Parts: sequence; structure tokens; C-alpha cells
Amino acid sequence: MAELKVSVVSADREVWSGKAKQIIARTVVGEIGILPGHEPILAILAQGEVRVTPVDGAVVTASADDGFLSVEHDTVTIVARNAELS
Amino acid sequence: MGAQLRVYRQKIKSAQTTKKITRAMELISASRIQKAQQRVAASGPYSRAITRAVSAVATFSNIDHILTTEPEKIERAAIVIFSSDRGLAGAFNSNVLREAGELEARLKAQGKTVVHYLVGRKSVGYFAFRKRTPEQSWTGGTDAPEFETAKEIGDALVAKFIQPASEGGVDEIHIVFNRFVSMLVQVPEVIRLLPLEVVEGVEAPEDNTALPAYEFEPDPINVLNALLPVYIESRIFNAMLQSAAAKHAATQKAMKSASDNADKLITTYTRLANNARQSEITQQISEIVGGADALGSAK
Repeated sequence: MAELKVSVVSADREVWSGKAKQIIARTVVGEIGILPGHEPILAILAQGEVRVTPVDGAVVTASADDGFLSVEHDTVTIVARNAELS
Repeated sequence: MGAQLRVYRQKIKSAQTTKKITRAMELISASRIQKAQQRVAASGPYSRAITRAVSAVATFSNIDHILTTEPEKIERAAIVIFSSDRGLAGAFNSNVLREAGELEARLKAQGKTVVHYLVGRKSVGYFAFRKRTPEQSWTGGTDAPEFETAKEIGDALVAKFIQPASEGGVDEIHIVFNRFVSMLVQVPEVIRLLPLEVVEGVEAPEDNTALPAYEFEPDPINVLNALLPVYIESRIFNAMLQSAAAKHAATQKAMKSASDNADKLITTYTRLANNARQSEITQQISEIVGGADALGSAK
């Protein structure tokens, strides 16, 4: 099965990176779920949690505010000024 | 002890003390460079991601946005100068200030009014000495820049940029900072921040992968509105980090040559002191011999 290459970055470091099956994030217009093969998108994130389901292991949640989510060729980048794993 | 010998001994002492200080500063900055470099590297993914996103919006939507379109006539230009809080870094600050001076002359020749934004105590001191007033200045914390400061500077700049020139806004923003090239080389660099030139740092798409048609959420204008201030901040933060790393490298270099110089002074003065001591002894001996001779012949 195809995988998503995910990286969560904040202003001063890369918070998390790895392969994932699914990502759920909250954008300014509502929740969005991303699976492999998603169309390219650039969205503004609302304050809240980003849930990443890695290929193996438990769900990773990160809090992000003031951020973006970009998807392109199964590469997902979550960029936030302050991002932290929680 | 002869007067001259004493003077030389004093000079040796003072050179030794100076050397201790400069050596310590050299070691301190050497250890800080590493950390500063790591921070530059760590901020890489963020600025790459943002640059990519900005160029994606700029490429895939044909919207006119104030931050991306070139105004017809540029009246006021802002120069942001990134200097350090402390000196003792060789030509670090004078380089960046000279570069900024040249840029200012160039902009003035094009008939633009120039306003300055200063970061770092040294540039503020430079302006104060020349009785020039900067538009705004930030001091402290240039050794280990905080993202909060970058955000503050970014907010101030974007706010000024949105204001029309007639009301005190600016039409163009340049940044001048020292780029960390290597431990030995730091180059002052000028970048035009706004209006945006998003060509830099974007990897050309590989031939076989067609550029994706992006979907924007909620819509391109809003995405751009949110993205651009962040982009500016990340550029400023990157400039601050680069400047901090360059400062530590420059300090290390300057302090190393100061220590070497102190070593040279110590050697020279030790030689001179030995000479003085020897000639003192020679003189004493000849005085004694002369005295003994005089006593002997007087009999």
C-alpha cells in the first residue's frame, strides 16, 4: 500500500518525520483527512491537533497553531510556527 | 632592577593577561559556533517548506497580491541591518554597515527615500554616533536569536509595507546580513525581501513529474495572506541565525589572531627584557672592575 511521507516542522526544528497511513488535521474550513493518493492541497490550519497514524506504532498527535498543511505526491508537510508533540 | 627592565616586564605581564582573555573568548565562540550552525541547519526544513508553499501559490494561481506585485513607483525603501550586540569580531559589523551604506547610496541614486531598521546594539551605536535616527531598532539576543524577535520584526515590516508610502509606509524592503559561508569566510549579503522574488531556493521540478495543480483551502488569496507574513518571518529568522553563526565565527577568528599577536609580543618583549638584563649586568661588572682598577692604581 502506498504511504505518506510526513514531516511536521516548526520554526526552529523538525518535530516529527516518518511514514504514515493517515493524517487528520483541522483547517480553517473544517477537518480534513488525508490518505495516500490525495490531490495536491495547500491549506491553512486552524488551531488544534494534527493526528498522524504512522505505518507502525501508535497515533502521534501534535499541536499546531498558525500553520499550513501541504500535500504533494504523497509528501505531506505540516508547517507551524509552534508545533509540539503532545 | 633597572628602569627599562621593569618596563619590559610590565609589558610582558600585560600581554600575558590579554592573551588569557582573548584565548578564553576564542574558546567560547568556538563552542558556540557549533550550536549556532546547528540552529541554522535546524531551521532549514521550515524555511524550505514555506518557500515551496509560497512558490506553489505564486505559480498556480494568477492572483494579484500586494506582497507579490511590484508597485509602479517605489518612493520609500527600508533597509534592515543585522549587526551584532558586541564587538570584538573583526570586520563583522563594519562589513555589514558598509554594505548597507552602499545599498543606501544606490537606492538614493534611484530617487528613493531610505529608512533604516536596525538589529543589534552595534548598528544602533553606529547610527547614534552619526546622529541618524533609525525607524525602529531591536537590541539584545543577537547571539542566540529567538523566533519571537523575528516575528516582531516581520510584523513591523509587513505592517509598514501595507501602508501607503504617503502615510509613512515603505514600498520596498531590503535586508543586509552576514552570511555564514565557512569558519573562515563570512560574506555580507543584500537580499530584497519585498516585493517578493520567490525564485530563490526553489528546486526546479524534476522533468518527469508534472507540477501538481494545487487545491487551496479556503482560497488562494487567503492562503497567500496567511503564508506571506510567515514567509517573511522565516526569512528574517534565517538571516538572524546566519548572522549569529557568522558573528561567532568572526569572533573566533579575531580572537585567535589577537592571541597569536599577544604571543608574538610576549616573545619580542622577553628578548628585549633579556637584553636589558644582560646589559645591566655587563655594566655592573665593568663598574666593579673599573672601581677595583682605580683602587689598585691609586696605591
